Amino acid sequence: MPLLNTLPDYVLTTKTDEVINWMRKSSIWYMLFGLACCAIELMHTGGPRADIERFGATPRASARQSDLMIVAGTLTLKMALRTRLLYDQMPDPKYVISMGSCSNCGGLFQLAYSVCDGVDKILPVDVYVPGCPPRPEALTEGLLKLQEKIMNERWLTRANGKPTQAAQA
Amino acid sequence: MDALATYQAVKERFGAKVLEINEKALDPFMVVDPSAIVEICRFLRDHPETAMNCLTNEIGVDYKDRIEVVYELYSYPKRYGVTLKVKLPRDNPVVETVETVWKSANWMEREIFDLIGVTFQGHSDLRRILMPEDWPGHPQRKDFVEPMEYHGISTVRDSPIIRMEADRK
Repeated sequence: MPLLNTLPDYVLTTKTDEVINWMRKSSIWYMLFGLACCAIELMHTGGPRADIERFGATPRASARQSDLMIVAGTLTLKMALRTRLLYDQMPDPKYVISMGSCSNCGGLFQLAYSVCDGVDKILPVDVYVPGCPPRPEALTEGLLKLQEKIMNERWLTRANGKPTQAAQA
Repeated sequence: MDALATYQAVKERFGAKVLEINEKALDPFMVVDPSAIVEICRFLRDHPETAMNCLTNEIGVDYKDRIEVVYELYSYPKRYGVTLKVKLPRDNPVVETVETVWKSANWMEREIFDLIGVTFQGHSDLRRILMPEDWPGHPQRKDFVEPMEYHGISTVRDSPIIRMEADRK
């Protein structure tokens, strides 16, 4: 008889990695950080109608308490250096969502002299959300994609006796 | 008093310092000698018939052979506005600041200095206002060449269409 059936109803069994990831994905704290008009949609996404707090994502005012940076808006070259500084202040593991055309590739302002065309030139990006600006539903979808990504990370399981890449990072 | 009558009054008072009065333009303007701009501005502000108490806008223009600074004044008591222009040599554009007449000129002159490269003599705080401190050159000049990179961030991005066509070959 398998072990599962001998346990009482209130005992659940799972893998440690999955519990860790489930807890992590349910408390993605994102940094309050808006650069341009996308920030309005970002605020809207955190508001009562789209309400990404039901997925555990809540805004934090400090980079040092955040897990996620949502780059919302046109990234100028002047701001790019400061964005890099903020990213460096975030504790590992950290994630980046690039929100909107401007931070994906420079968007409408790609040829402008002052604009950094794409946040992926300075930071590793996990999820790109297209749109100009993306609707709150789109950003929510981006967050769910990031949660999927987090659920697939392996912290304790070892492949061929070596720690996985996620655990090394 | 209207704009044209004001220009005539200024010409009577300052004579040869007024270089040109353009009445045919949609928005009539007056070109004045750069050395007299502060005097004329102060006259227009203090004269009870003109009472130009607001500097609505101060603009720098690069015409390839010269640089012009445009002053748009407005009188709230008399409810009309006038436009003054000064023409400056392109290789060394220097004009006296009107910050001593209207405080609002401070940031507008900093912007003109930043983007066009006009030096305002006597300005209290002539620093860049929009571009980073270490930015090379003045980007709104016609002959400005965009640098290939800024602090290691490349400023060019391949067009996805060009990349797609290259992949097809």
